[in-house]
Amino acid sequence: MSDTHAQTVPYVRKTMVEQSPPPASEIGVVKWLRENLFSGPLNIILTLISLWVVYWVVSHVGPWLINGIWDADSLSECREIRNATMGEGTSAACFGVIGERWQQLVYGFYPKEAYWRPVVALLVFFAGLAPVLFASLPRKLLYFTMASPFLMFMLLWGGSIWGPIAVALGFGVGYAAIKLISPINGLLGTVAAIVLPILYWFLIAGPLAGAVNSVLPIGLEYIPSKDFGGFLLSSIIGVAGIFLSLPLGILLALARQSDLPIIKWCAVTFIEVIRGVPLIVWLFTASLLLNYFLPPGTNFDLMLRVIIMVTLFSAAYIAEVVRGGLAALPKGQYEGADSLGLNYWQSMQLIILPQALKISIPGIVNTFIGLFKDTTLVVFIGLFDPLGLAGAIRASTEWNGIYWELFLFIGIMFFIACFSMGRYSLYLEKKLQRDHR
Amino acid sequence: MSTLTDPPKPGFRLSQLIYDTRYRSITIQVVAFVLILLGLAWLVNNIVNNLAALGKDFDFGFLSQSAGYDINQRLIEYDNQMSHGRAAIVGILNTLLVAFLGCITATVIGVVAGVLRLSKNWVVSSLMAVYVEGFRNVPLLLWIILIFAIMTESMPHPRDFRGENATQSMLMGDNVAVTNRGIWIPRLAFTNSVSGQEAVAPVDGATPVASGGLDWLLVLGTLAISIFAIRQLGKRADRIQSATGERPTTWWQQLAILIVPVGLVSFFLGMTIVSPYLKGFNFAEGVHLRNSLIALWFALSLYTGAFIAEIVRGGILAISKGQTEAAYALGIQPGRTMKLVILPQAMRVIIPPLISQFLNLTKNSSLALAVGYMDVRATLGGITINQTGRELEGMLLLGAFYLVLSLLISAGMNYYNQSTQMKER
Repeated sequence: MSDTHAQTVPYVRKTMVEQSPPPASEIGVVKWLRENLFSGPLNIILTLISLWVVYWVVSHVGPWLINGIWDADSLSECREIRNATMGEGTSAACFGVIGERWQQLVYGFYPKEAYWRPVVALLVFFAGLAPVLFASLPRKLLYFTMASPFLMFMLLWGGSIWGPIAVALGFGVGYAAIKLISPINGLLGTVAAIVLPILYWFLIAGPLAGAVNSVLPIGLEYIPSKDFGGFLLSSIIGVAGIFLSLPLGILLALARQSDLPIIKWCAVTFIEVIRGVPLIVWLFTASLLLNYFLPPGTNFDLMLRVIIMVTLFSAAYIAEVVRGGLAALPKGQYEGADSLGLNYWQSMQLIILPQALKISIPGIVNTFIGLFKDTTLVVFIGLFDPLGLAGAIRASTEWNGIYWELFLFIGIMFFIACFSMGRYSLYLEKKLQRDHR
Repeated sequence: MSTLTDPPKPGFRLSQLIYDTRYRSITIQVVAFVLILLGLAWLVNNIVNNLAALGKDFDFGFLSQSAGYDINQRLIEYDNQMSHGRAAIVGILNTLLVAFLGCITATVIGVVAGVLRLSKNWVVSSLMAVYVEGFRNVPLLLWIILIFAIMTESMPHPRDFRGENATQSMLMGDNVAVTNRGIWIPRLAFTNSVSGQEAVAPVDGATPVASGGLDWLLVLGTLAISIFAIRQLGKRADRIQSATGERPTTWWQQLAILIVPVGLVSFFLGMTIVSPYLKGFNFAEGVHLRNSLIALWFALSLYTGAFIAEIVRGGILAISKGQTEAAYALGIQPGRTMKLVILPQAMRVIIPPLISQFLNLTKNSSLALAVGYMDVRATLGGITINQTGRELEGMLLLGAFYLVLSLLISAGMNYYNQSTQMKER
């Protein structure tokens, strides 16, 4: 057959043709541009609009940033420098305000000679956090994590060293109660582990710290809460709120999922009331109304009140996130735990919560990011967070009329903190998913 | 032979309350309940003692007293002789106004940004990523204050619009004025108003116009009836299609039903556009959008829009590609695939978090405080409390308002969730 075919057609190619390179429009940059940016009329319009937006922003912000003036003590001086060097009407940022006031924006009214203390506290915080975040670090470091809250308190507020130590001893009392009494009677041990430390804190801790301090006065200079401000204040409220609200939120979520109707309805009421009302209203409640709810004559630190309110507020949100995680677990996990004969707390601790918390991590981190951003609301009840300080700086005679530079600085600081938290949550999500398979 | 004997029935012992799981739950609940009641009683007792110590009573009578303060933005009649209760309602309406406007613009921004972020166009999708991440990671309060500062500090003063060689001019054919005192936009009014309100000439020598509730009722009522008729037309087309397989062309009928009746009603009422104009040192007529409203509205929309964009993106990604391919395999056109297959499924994923974003937006509108917008927190929870000294009652009412609002919205959301739940075994 092939022979006849070969005779009927005049020419048959015997060798392969050299492969020629693909057309220029099908390779490299040109292809990428065609496929991604100019694939159709709609896409072309979108690309052009976006490029125009980018050009507009860059052409306005670029010179402003590059011409930025860093060495000026007031806005008028800034303008003079600009007019002298670049000519009138040039777009130029006045970053002198940040050069002059960044310490105030970061530390508030914290004494200058004590600026090292928050920095060391921040290092302690990261050192304490590291073994929790990264499982590859040695487990012994967790003891440092347990000590770090007291260390941070010591560094930030100062005062006698014995106060935090006396408070920390209370946890030791509770631990001892569990270790010593539980083997004899489990229930009695649990009750003692709750009641004994509380009694200790109310009755013994104060006099004990006072007594030891009078013998051996060691400590740092005391700095009152009203001197705290700026990012220092935001971070303290945020971090304290985050770490106090997590256990409370988990307990609330367990209560809401519980089979005991009274406990369940109390938790539901608490969560819905807290979530239904904006944080601002709760902060005003803390500053205006808390005195009504406490015995006459009690009065305590505004910052502590804010931390309590913020904790309760984010605990309700975390409870909802964790509840989602609890509900997402297959029923077989609960039944499996029951059939192994584990009691409620054992099954929660060993089977349910490790899985449920893993599912809820992205939600929990999102709640934390929200909480950190919401710390700016304390400006309304008279605490000086970065935005409050920005308002004060804008009202001063030197810097009256400045706003882009200040808000840019504050915005970038918040962005770095929140964005990195978000990225960590994504990293954790991916890692846990891989472990799961 | 074995005989079954009943197990011995031990009598109830007190220790069973702790060790027997059948009774333990009751014990725990009773103990918890008693502890909670004791805690509440302690709080109430403290409140009573503190109120007595301050010489105050617990009384909502202040709501009917004369308020004595002015509110610069109001949707209903109000002057400073009216009661605190009326002022609270004005504030509530202002809260609802900014929440409503914010929800609409945030949804539009969010849907556009969410869809564009999924675009294959690299420039567009990365621009949207910058927008979303930028707004999600910076506090809302900063955006509100920044937009307010831009409006008040870098917008032109009304006097710049004056005179022969004015440095500024109005936008959109002399209809919109952007100044540092806010934005003025045109309003609609009627020359043949049927509302019975006295007609006033907006400018000397112009036709007198009035704008009353009855006029708007007529226009909007006609619009509602038209939309109802259009839906009926669509249903009829569906019926014909399922009976005969041919879908009648209805778009021009629908368009006519939408435009003609409303156009006729507007024509007979004499609907005209009243533009703002410079009068003295300020603009007059038109609608004045204050800086506080603009800053709050824009900041809330952009901030919530970034969250909504992520929700929309997640919802679209959640629908597997097989759904589209299966619809194409059945011969369904792309447009109808979107409408009949993809959207109904994506909506189930998108709507619940979307509604909770609306709820967040409404609660975040209490940040109005930063720019002096007169919302319910500023009237009832601010000036009224300061003037009457009724912190407890005022904060209770304020909290109750927000609580009721959010419970209503979540009840609506639960109803929606139940009605769209996937029907499974």
